[in-house]
Amino acid sequence: MSEQNPNELEALLKTHKLTRGEYEKILQLLGREPNLTELGIFSVMWSEHCSYKSSKVHLKKLPTHSERVLQGPGENAGIIDIGDGYAIAFKIESHNHPSFIEPFQGAATGVGGILRDIFTMGARPIAVMDAIRFGPLDSKENGARNRRILDGVVQGISHYGNCFGVPTVGGETVFESCYDGNPLVNVFAMGVFKHDEIFYGQATGVGNPVIYVGARTGRDGIHGASMASDVFTEASKQQRPTVQVGDPFMEKLLLEACLEAMKTGAIVGIQDMGAAGLTCSTSEMGSRAGTGIDFDLKHVPQRETGMTPYEIMLSESQERMLLVAEKGREQEIIDVFNKWGLESAVIGIVTDDGMLRVRENGKVVAEIKNRDLADEAPLYHRPWTTPYRNVPLEGPDFTSVSVQADLLEMLASNDLCSKKWIWEQYDYMVRTNTLAGPGGDAAIVRIKETGTSVAMSLDGNGRYCYLDPREGAKLIVAECCRNLSTVGALPVSATNNLNFGNPERPEIMAQLVEGIEGLAEACRFFETPITGGNVSLYNETLGESIFPTPVVGIVGLLPTAPPVPMAFPREGLDLVLLGGLGDCDLTHFGGTQYTKQVLKDLWGLPPALDMAFEKRVHEAIRELVLGGLAEAAHDLGDGGLAVALAEGTFAGVGADVDLRSELRPEFALFHEGASRVMVATSKVEEVLALAERHRVPALILGKTAGNVLKISLNGTQVVDVAADKLYQTWDQALEEALHV
Amino acid sequence: MKFGVVVFPGSNCDHDAYYAVTRNIGQQADFVWHDSENLNGFDAVILPGGFSYGDHLRCGAIARFSPVMRAVKKFAEAGGLVAGFCNGFQILTEAHILPGALIRNSGLRYICKTVGLETVTTNSPFTNALNKGQVLRVPIAHGEGCYTADQATLDELEAEDRVVFRYAENPNGSMRDIAGILSAGRNVMGMMPHPERVSDHLMPGTDGLGVFESMLTALAETTR
Repeated sequence: MSEQNPNELEALLKTHKLTRGEYEKILQLLGREPNLTELGIFSVMWSEHCSYKSSKVHLKKLPTHSERVLQGPGENAGIIDIGDGYAIAFKIESHNHPSFIEPFQGAATGVGGILRDIFTMGARPIAVMDAIRFGPLDSKENGARNRRILDGVVQGISHYGNCFGVPTVGGETVFESCYDGNPLVNVFAMGVFKHDEIFYGQATGVGNPVIYVGARTGRDGIHGASMASDVFTEASKQQRPTVQVGDPFMEKLLLEACLEAMKTGAIVGIQDMGAAGLTCSTSEMGSRAGTGIDFDLKHVPQRETGMTPYEIMLSESQERMLLVAEKGREQEIIDVFNKWGLESAVIGIVTDDGMLRVRENGKVVAEIKNRDLADEAPLYHRPWTTPYRNVPLEGPDFTSVSVQADLLEMLASNDLCSKKWIWEQYDYMVRTNTLAGPGGDAAIVRIKETGTSVAMSLDGNGRYCYLDPREGAKLIVAECCRNLSTVGALPVSATNNLNFGNPERPEIMAQLVEGIEGLAEACRFFETPITGGNVSLYNETLGESIFPTPVVGIVGLLPTAPPVPMAFPREGLDLVLLGGLGDCDLTHFGGTQYTKQVLKDLWGLPPALDMAFEKRVHEAIRELVLGGLAEAAHDLGDGGLAVALAEGTFAGVGADVDLRSELRPEFALFHEGASRVMVATSKVEEVLALAERHRVPALILGKTAGNVLKISLNGTQVVDVAADKLYQTWDQALEEALHV
Repeated sequence: MKFGVVVFPGSNCDHDAYYAVTRNIGQQADFVWHDSENLNGFDAVILPGGFSYGDHLRCGAIARFSPVMRAVKKFAEAGGLVAGFCNGFQILTEAHILPGALIRNSGLRYICKTVGLETVTTNSPFTNALNKGQVLRVPIAHGEGCYTADQATLDELEAEDRVVFRYAENPNGSMRDIAGILSAGRNVMGMMPHPERVSDHLMPGTDGLGVFESMLTALAETTR
């Protein structure tokens, strides 16, 4: 860089999104000036996306250990023991920025990336879920664009997951104007393997060959990791070439070939090439093992001619893997990849000097210590103040004209309505493990090799977290664990996707810090250590930040058995509300779906949460479901009791509910107080006794009856609607909003 | 009985078919790699669902050139039972072992859901254990499942009682609601729905078992 004059250097640093201070650190680590290739390598490895430089000091607060955790954060995915010699690997990852720039490929490659993270560890992916967030579909200015983004994202997920052959078993879809110019696409994947089939991303064994497999390297996705670490401006549309193009067929071949190659016993380490491509996989594998990697770019299979070292190192072409083999056994591995029609090439060797040494036809073009790239990225203790919020604590006076009309309006809202239009475009059944698919409280897939099933749930709530990031984060974990417990599963471990705005703004940094601390507290309390995840910052468009939106994915275990349905299966069952009706005031009503959908407002604080009480409710409902006492079970979440009751009638069986409460009708029916699960049972005495044993109140709501939902409050009939009508209202709303 | 489950690059319901055969109906099965031309020792062959060759060009258009398809053709000509589910059906039409074609769903979107399937004929090795008119609940999962053929072919299929299943509610625009058909020799069947997905009590039904049980009955009769 010595020929650079100061202005050119500034410009160069700016395009690489490196600060002057970071450049000084590079000079110090190298003991010289970097060349352009080296500068590019540092820029991607030290990007927010790869280095977590703004969040790392806070991520350390998260609990990461338990007896079940076999692998915590720092690898491609977390791993937990599920018994009988089997384990699952799982993780969530975001593809927010690419999905805004190019929705179809952005979402598709998001699925591809997380699937590779799973099978690079040796696990066969058996489930995917996605949490997706968009701007309102009916927005005057941006509605058409938001509908197009939704459609593109859904088709992208559908295209990739279906072809790859992994079921998309659930997720959540949320609409909020803060996601107008910044949709969120968070994809969770889970895979299964035996304990002795686990592989790590480590380049061990000096002298071992380094092998490149999969798709050829092209010029796509260069600087994707840095793009994902920046805010959006009008110029962002120019970044389309930084979005990669996915090929699920290639990925499927890569999966089968990798799993087969692993069985040869000749692979010592393996890592996928995701963000920052070849750069990240080589330096991270070397850094983890404390070794160096010396390789020549001339051996790297290339899609285009004339690619520079800079381009090859920074390319984010999809469906590529890097592996280290036992010396002398290269051919065994190459044979497997040949069988699957995939390209593979020995590109270099593992060395003992800890250096990433990149050559072009023998000549060294970059030479940096692996650990300087992977572990020496600057860590920022970014200043923070109090979390940003721009809504009042106290709410307005309001009185509902008809809570029945309110209920119908809520069921038809895009947040609460049926997402069938979306999930019917996903193959949610392939691999024949799906015991409970999309649309339920939690998804369940069986592990055929054992008698265990894995339940999983994804949850986020930007509104709660905007009102109070700490309490909001705790509520999300509570909700997620409640979802799992409602299907009978014991929550055991979590992964998180932290979607936040610009951390360089202290009031946004405060959201991140408090959000992480809230997650840490709740995950510790509910004994669901976080084994990995993803941080997506700079989710800001034209100065507008998204709501702080941590999304957690929690997995739980249960014995394999037919699941308990959410909807009432027959008439004459007693309806019991475990946890009781709960309490609410105007302040704690401000973040509810009622406020959003009916009042179009937001204020106050999220619902109150007593974690000890919440945990007792989980224990009670688990015992109840596993003990066969529930014929239907559904946890209360968005929309509160009335929405849960309405959803209970979707199998066509109605209910007669008689409530007594001091709460005003809107609160009694729609407040979102935590720690509540509704069950339909024919053994009410046993249910009440069980609840009492767990010191959990249990309120008898009424009985399932007829085909109409009738709710009376303090003797006054407030809801009287046919189950059919409720279902139709809920079922058709999304398609109507999308004009399809 | 021994089933061969063909694996093309991109097949992804191969394990499901294998599981249905070995675990749910208790028979033997082996995977057959697409470059094999040897189907010796198999009593029946299943072409499973998936995206063979990534569905590049057209669904099944490349798979039909795999060496194994020459063997499948011979196997079928010799009277062997061949069942193609979903992508397997698409491959059988591309290979001209079954007539017609599967084109893009009329709604232009991939659809995954459980549908009603009317058993049109029981005069086949794939439906002999079912009752005529019996409606099965079987999942579909495809983007290109719209069965299409010229009028003469459709008339011929109906005249020869070779329409094996019809959709109770047509989800994809298939001509004459056709969900599955038989070859002229009645020993080859293609159907878009996935019977292997509803073959044990933990799945959303066991209606798919009838197809496998019919095959067993037919095989038992031929070996007797």
